[in-house]
Amino acid sequence: MKQSVDVTFTLNGSAVTVYDVPPLQRLLDTLREELRVTGTKEGCGEGECGACTVLIDGLPVNSCLVPVVQLEGATVVSVEGLAEGEQLSTLQRVFVEAGGAQCGICTPGILLAARALLDREPEPSRDRIREAIAGNLCRCTGYQRIVEGIEQAAAEERAAKGS
Amino acid sequence: MLADLAVHRARDLDDALSVLAGAAERPAVIAGGTDLMVLLNARTWMPAEVLDIFGIDALRGISLEGDRLHIGALSTYRDMIESDLVNAHAPSLVEASRTVGAAQIQARGTLGGNVANGSPAGDTLPVLMAQGCDVVLVSASGERRVRFDDFYRGYRDADIRADELIARFEMDPLPPGAKSVFRKVGTRLAQAISKVMLGAVGSVGDDGRVATLRMCAGSVAPVPLRLTATEAAAIGKVPAEAAEAAREAARAEVAPIDDVRSNAEYRREVTARLVARFVSEL
Repeated sequence: MKQSVDVTFTLNGSAVTVYDVPPLQRLLDTLREELRVTGTKEGCGEGECGACTVLIDGLPVNSCLVPVVQLEGATVVSVEGLAEGEQLSTLQRVFVEAGGAQCGICTPGILLAARALLDREPEPSRDRIREAIAGNLCRCTGYQRIVEGIEQAAAEERAAKGS
Repeated sequence: MLADLAVHRARDLDDALSVLAGAAERPAVIAGGTDLMVLLNARTWMPAEVLDIFGIDALRGISLEGDRLHIGALSTYRDMIESDLVNAHAPSLVEASRTVGAAQIQARGTLGGNVANGSPAGDTLPVLMAQGCDVVLVSASGERRVRFDDFYRGYRDADIRADELIARFEMDPLPPGAKSVFRKVGTRLAQAISKVMLGAVGSVGDDGRVATLRMCAGSVAPVPLRLTATEAAAIGKVPAEAAEAAREAARAEVAPIDDVRSNAEYRREVTARLVARFVSEL
């Protein structure tokens, strides 16, 4: 029996509804194919690499493992939700400056894993940063610049808040 | 095709249980989806129908009820990591939860899912067994309780009837003066499936001898393996002697296999060392 559902959720601050989608459609595909929001990348498709990481209700998840039917009423943030209009967020800008991005496939997922960390811990240790991105594989940079970028972004965010 | 699968989203627990009671064939039950979505995406498993229980709040919640720690089946690894009660009364369960995948899996995967999936490499399983856990199952006809020691009848064969869901886990809090441990040996800390695991709870009495000991090894047998002979060999001895007795007993008690992650002899040796180390430090 074929089944399709309509699902309404919040994506990057705006209410969106997708119509007539298979209930087990991967959130990754809902974003990329239904909504044409393509910043979220597919890597392994089985929850190992973290490239497809988005935030659901503030927590990082692999969007390849979340069926769209479970999104009803949820709040989703993808990489498109980080920038303020055309202006890169502090995290994005510093990440680029630090050399944290090379080929770019892992970058959106790492930015969101980092965002989830910094939202809860504005001053994380290096170990906490490494733990927060342990589920995100990068094959270019060797992680050092990624970790430094997140650390630098945390410092700039704290400075901007005057703390 | 994934696109052809029908999903019933349970409105509440009664709704889910009546679907299960009326189903000719048990639907695939999806909670956080971190195991099931992998199988469905890879088309390794094509169930007739899917029952989504992730929205059932009655299966959530962590509480201390009398002298038992209750953890709802839909508690995520992250819920447990962040729970003061779990940190205080089952610290090894926090340790185990921190080694499941990484943050993305921990935010979505559930304790009930780890147990129902029943992989002998499931990270939380050795801890639940060491902690004296009961599994409470629920169906339209009421609740049923199974000791975790008896819960797996064989490889991935959990004692869950077709009309049942896991409701919660009830376990003994770590007693004052007792120690517990969760050890996972794998290729790296995050995102790795274990080669060997140990969950253990034990204590030394006023006479300086091992008084209580419950140990369970993972990934060394078709099911999470309670090391009863190893425990018996150690109890009543001072820790240094008990550790050597446990080391030898554990070698004989485990039944590991060679597979893609490791080989039997390595697993046997590492289990023996993990056991001996825990007992020697009691």
